[in-house]
Amino acid sequence: METLILRGGRVLDPTQGLDGPADLVLADGAVAEILSPGRAAAGRQVDVTGLLVCPGFIDIHVHLRDPGFEYKETIESGALAAVAGGITSVVAMPNTDPPPDNAEAVRGFYDRARRAACRVTTLGTITVGRKGETLSEMGDLVEAGVVGFSDDGSPVRNSRVLLNAMEYARPFGKPIVSHCEDADLAAGGHMNEGVVSAELGIRGIPAIAESLDVERNIALAHYAGAHLHVCHVSAAASVEVIRRGRVLPGGRITCETAPHYLALADEAVRSFDTHVKMNPPLRTKADQDALKEALRDGTIDAIATDHAPHAPEEKAVEFDQAPFGIIGLETSIGVVWTELVAPSVLTPIQVVEKMSANPARIHGLPGGTLAPGSPADVTVIDPARRWIVPERFRSKSRNSPFVGRGLVGKAVLTIVAGEVRYDEDGRAG
Amino acid sequence: MRRWHRRHLLGMVDLSGEEITQILDVADQFAGVLDRPIRSVPTLRGWTVVNLFFESSTRTRVSFELAEKRLGADTISFSASASSVNKGETLRDTARNIEAMRVDSVVIRHGSVGAPHFLTQHISSAIINAGDGTHEHPTQALLDLMTIRRHFGRIAGLRVSIIGDVLHSRVARSDMWGLKTMGAEVTLCGPATLLPKHTESFPARVTTNLDAALDGADVVYALRIQRERQELGLFPTIREYTRLYGITAERLDRTAPEAVVMHPGPINRGWELSDDVADGPRSLILEQVTYGVAVRMAALYLTAGRDPTSLNLAPR
Repeated sequence: METLILRGGRVLDPTQGLDGPADLVLADGAVAEILSPGRAAAGRQVDVTGLLVCPGFIDIHVHLRDPGFEYKETIESGALAAVAGGITSVVAMPNTDPPPDNAEAVRGFYDRARRAACRVTTLGTITVGRKGETLSEMGDLVEAGVVGFSDDGSPVRNSRVLLNAMEYARPFGKPIVSHCEDADLAAGGHMNEGVVSAELGIRGIPAIAESLDVERNIALAHYAGAHLHVCHVSAAASVEVIRRGRVLPGGRITCETAPHYLALADEAVRSFDTHVKMNPPLRTKADQDALKEALRDGTIDAIATDHAPHAPEEKAVEFDQAPFGIIGLETSIGVVWTELVAPSVLTPIQVVEKMSANPARIHGLPGGTLAPGSPADVTVIDPARRWIVPERFRSKSRNSPFVGRGLVGKAVLTIVAGEVRYDEDGRAG
Repeated sequence: MRRWHRRHLLGMVDLSGEEITQILDVADQFAGVLDRPIRSVPTLRGWTVVNLFFESSTRTRVSFELAEKRLGADTISFSASASSVNKGETLRDTARNIEAMRVDSVVIRHGSVGAPHFLTQHISSAIINAGDGTHEHPTQALLDLMTIRRHFGRIAGLRVSIIGDVLHSRVARSDMWGLKTMGAEVTLCGPATLLPKHTESFPARVTTNLDAALDGADVVYALRIQRERQELGLFPTIREYTRLYGITAERLDRTAPEAVVMHPGPINRGWELSDDVADGPRSLILEQVTYGVAVRMAALYLTAGRDPTSLNLAPR
């Protein structure tokens, strides 16, 4: 394997308190050294002048749809989409068919994922078949390599089952990753319940459907002494519950939000475009402001896309008939840079925390750091690159609300295990 | 007056006062036609209209069919149950197949909010919304406005109270937008569970108090109550609904002396309106039905791109 020297960039690594000009040496699949700029070193010189050199970004909420829904996405196509978006590692969600509720299924998944363009890990299900009734063989699943447990896109409705799962999983050291939703409050809704849904006459999903279940999950996690990770936080009410709850003793609470909640609000639904339909739904500007503040003060640990591919004909239907979900792997850095960095809501190194260091910590994944000896997973970002989101994606699906939108900030070089997996400008020859 | 330029009639929310007045003025002319011995004026001869009704509806469909025939258009109706929808065909494919048969206008009633808007993206015919889910029903609002204008000689300054299941009512929404644009004062009233929760942006007073809503009202507009909503647990019984929100002659004592009663039909007699109110001297319900045909003629005429100034029918 070639040694790569990334020259002329600004290295951002919150785990080492690094933010400044430095060159990076990658050898044998690992970070070898961080050099002062221009110091001699042997290897292929890669010019990254003016660019940000970051530990590889990790997207911890991705629906690869594989197995069972390969027409929407596969491990292979999802990984290609990921590296094109600057993502070096993804954590796959378990709502596949069949779901990863047994070790055999997980081993089969990892077997297929071996040749993927980025690192791919998977969660196991909390319950068998994601039905919310009986625990899956969590010990076996951990041995097979799952990095956490979830029944996402469904909540676990029965509190006794969820508590048992949290208790039982605790010794394995893997988080319970919760899709928090009170199913009865949310039932029949297609968008946020608010002023816009009242005007349009579309049945809404109230924010309390999320925050109430977040509260329940947090209380159970503290009682069980478990690590709870809350998925796709969309509402100010949930932020408040998490802010109060994370400082209480007992469990460990982490959470994530998605780029689309920062970029779009429920006003977007006036167009009836199904590419703004997802669950949880886009909320109000006030909710957006709360999410941004929560990212700044550390209440929200991570940004993850909830990449949810659907075939074009599935989304080209009436709004209430369309499935929930949009893709996000190829636009997450652009959207985050445009909505958070450009207006100075977060600094670049804070983005690296949210999209690399913290995701790694949450699931105990290798990476998230450029400390010498760590995996050579690197995301190189051009913070000034202006680009228009094209209609064609490397994902098999195209259900993105950002097509045609101008963004600033793009990953231009993605390196996984020391190998260049995406090179927008041909820097690595 | 600027010439009508919209290819579609999808809702009331973004129609200007000028546009609404234009439709009502054209409808007034067509109303005159309906009382002649020969009730037609062949201004849309050679124009093909398809009525795509995915929700069952006899009255609105018949009203549109009559309007189309009165204008001399070729008309065909399609109802969901007897169709390829049951074979799993998508709305988009259904519409594109029909367009391939070369039709000029599509009148669509559908259970999904935004279905007519969706269609505008997939076919090029002129589209008229005959009711999309709980969102809008513009021709109903227009015929309501025409009825009010004809009875009172104006719309501006009138106090209109809409009573009933506002939450699920496309009629209430369309009427609210239209009435507000034309200068009326709107009050929405119903049980708390049948009112939208977030009405901060509604250009209307919202109340659960029926007496307050009826006080001084010029128009009492009763909405149909549906048993399906009771089955969702939104209110305990029809009996309780009728006791608290049913419009009776005594309740009407609080309204303005010349107040009228309206309803989009079909009426649940004894539920939202008592028999004597439905059939009484204040009721404009049958006028609404008559003007419905005239308003739909106007909507078809204008969205077909015809010039309203070239219509030479003496209004009644």
